[in-house]
Amino acid sequence: MISRRDFLQASMAASAIYGASGFGAWGRLAAQQALTQDQLLQFDTYGNVSLIHVTDIHAQMKPIYFREPEINLGVGSNVGQVPHITGADFRKLYGVADGSASHYALSYNDFTALARTYGKMGGLDRVATVINSIRAERPDALLLDGGDTWHGSYTCYHSEGQDMVNVMNALKPDAMTFHWEFTLGGDRVRDIVADLPFAALGQNIFDSEWNEPTEDFAPYKFFERGGVKIAVIGQAFPYLPIANPRWMFPEYSFGIRDERMQEMVDEVRGMGAELVVVLSHNGFDVDKQMASRVRGIDVILSGHTHDALPEPVLVGETIIIASGSNGKFVSRVDLDVRDGRMMGFRHKLIPIFSDVITPDAEVAAVIDAERAPYEAQLSEVIGHTADDALLFRRGNFNGSWDDLICDALMSEREADIAMSPGVRWGPSILPGSAITREDIWNVTSMTYGEAYRVEMTGEFIHTVLEDVADNLFNPDPYYQQGGDMVRIGGMGYRIDINQPIGSRISELTLLKTGEKLDPAKTYVVAGWASVNQGTEGPQIWDVVENHIRKLGTVSVTPNTSVQVAGA
Amino acid sequence: MKFTRRDTILIAAGATATAMLPMRAFAAGEDEIAAFTGGAAIGDSGVTLTAPEIAENGNTVPVEVNAPGAVSIMVLALGNPNPGVCTFNFGPLAGAQYGSTRIRLSKTQTVTAIAKMADGSFAQASSEVKVTIGGCGG
Repeated sequence: MISRRDFLQASMAASAIYGASGFGAWGRLAAQQALTQDQLLQFDTYGNVSLIHVTDIHAQMKPIYFREPEINLGVGSNVGQVPHITGADFRKLYGVADGSASHYALSYNDFTALARTYGKMGGLDRVATVINSIRAERPDALLLDGGDTWHGSYTCYHSEGQDMVNVMNALKPDAMTFHWEFTLGGDRVRDIVADLPFAALGQNIFDSEWNEPTEDFAPYKFFERGGVKIAVIGQAFPYLPIANPRWMFPEYSFGIRDERMQEMVDEVRGMGAELVVVLSHNGFDVDKQMASRVRGIDVILSGHTHDALPEPVLVGETIIIASGSNGKFVSRVDLDVRDGRMMGFRHKLIPIFSDVITPDAEVAAVIDAERAPYEAQLSEVIGHTADDALLFRRGNFNGSWDDLICDALMSEREADIAMSPGVRWGPSILPGSAITREDIWNVTSMTYGEAYRVEMTGEFIHTVLEDVADNLFNPDPYYQQGGDMVRIGGMGYRIDINQPIGSRISELTLLKTGEKLDPAKTYVVAGWASVNQGTEGPQIWDVVENHIRKLGTVSVTPNTSVQVAGA
Repeated sequence: MKFTRRDTILIAAGATATAMLPMRAFAAGEDEIAAFTGGAAIGDSGVTLTAPEIAENGNTVPVEVNAPGAVSIMVLALGNPNPGVCTFNFGPLAGAQYGSTRIRLSKTQTVTAIAKMADGSFAQASSEVKVTIGGCGG
């Protein structure tokens, strides 16, 4: 039984570090001196089991800036529930002081000023230091990777994921589950998995021909730690063949499959598991719903939707942990498991302030070795951001990075309208900064990046928007795919998020003429990341690079072309 | 179990038949349900229908039905131009009253399974299956 007291022990990492407000009075050096590695890592070891969770790193080996979302709307039973609380409301909920380090790490306001104060976050060499520190206190702590690891950078693309495999192997994880990894292709994933020194898990990875569990990925793995029999069950991203190109891994089928999850939980309990941990890439709202339907899960380590929550969410007797993205955070969860059940927990979402945490020299050397062959290409400066232009992506409807990508598509491909996928990865670039080739690849890199140019009718464009909106705003989380809304350039629209599919989107307007879209008329649309096989066009990173080169300095104008109702 | 040739052909003909059929003003599948149940009341426990929430490929959607004690189970795709999919019949020596097949869904719709039990009662289960364009994963 989880007591209220134990629940309250789930401590908010950074609020305890730093209670002062008024960041303006503090120089960057002072802020860094106020934050110490010891404070960030401070944790009174508890119980007999420790879990370490990292997820959705998206191949970000080096420290980055990453602005959390301003708009992250919940629907149905999740209206106003975490993670659908942002900005000042989020800070109020968790008692985060304005201007504090936690404010910077966990919310979006004043991002540029706070980023200049607190510096970049993440870096897998810093993550290694944190992991080593936890292992110093609890040598048999389990390190679990939620996936979206072997995707998202220039070096990852060119090494087909090998750079990340090598760096992660140096961190010595115990198990992993998957999503974007499969866009390397089924053959490549099997090649890597065959040599992995840790478990590759997914109870919902099936053979698509026979609709039976595949033999390539185990559903779960047992560990004995601190005298406790622990079963870790993997849950890969359920909608891989829908959200990503099915033709790249046609031999696999996925799905939520919560009946089989129940079977697996019952099976491992029957085999003597005293602690059942689900390493999930479901997305947060799907995990909440799964926790309410599947009995017997103690801990869900949640990935996919990139939420960073300073406290676990409790559903029944299951705790759900969300550990952010892009290497910004590491979660530590200490558990007291006795008499065959979880009796209590202590949790800390550890923010990886890269200027405060000392890089681990060994892992830093591995990272440098992976990057060395590409250093000249990575560091080439393509353009600059204007002094007031922050490039970011996260948010339900648009981000300035996507506006820039849409502008590039319309300009370079001579299109009326541009579409850019609503992915949640991609670091931010501060105003007045150089934009390197690496920066461009960090927001565009994928194995199906061809920038298409096609004609679509107004009616079809409407259908696409309705379809994607339902993937985001269907009131039943099991029908959500966990991305954000497709980004649109050259066109405005109104969305009422509480309507059913077919009725959410209206007032589609071609911005260059101010006219409403004619359902029967065709428009030239440029986009990228099509899930269809045989898509032709230049790679999106080349399109964006050419555009930024021509601009020289990139400006950002506020995007007011999407009107949101029902929020 | 029985998967009639007529049902198979109807599945295959589903998409092309759209243009020829008049719009149905009544609830889809009610003719088939009436023929199967004879108008009897239908309970909601005793049959399990397993289908994906979102179809990976609308042209071949795996569905499973399981109704211990049933003599037959009818599967309907209520949003297809012709809702009838198949009926599984089980003899007295059947070891399990279970069937699985793949069906084609023309659009997002409800799939329903109705089981006729040995005592002549009926039970049903339904599942919404979304057929989507895809793309844009996080």
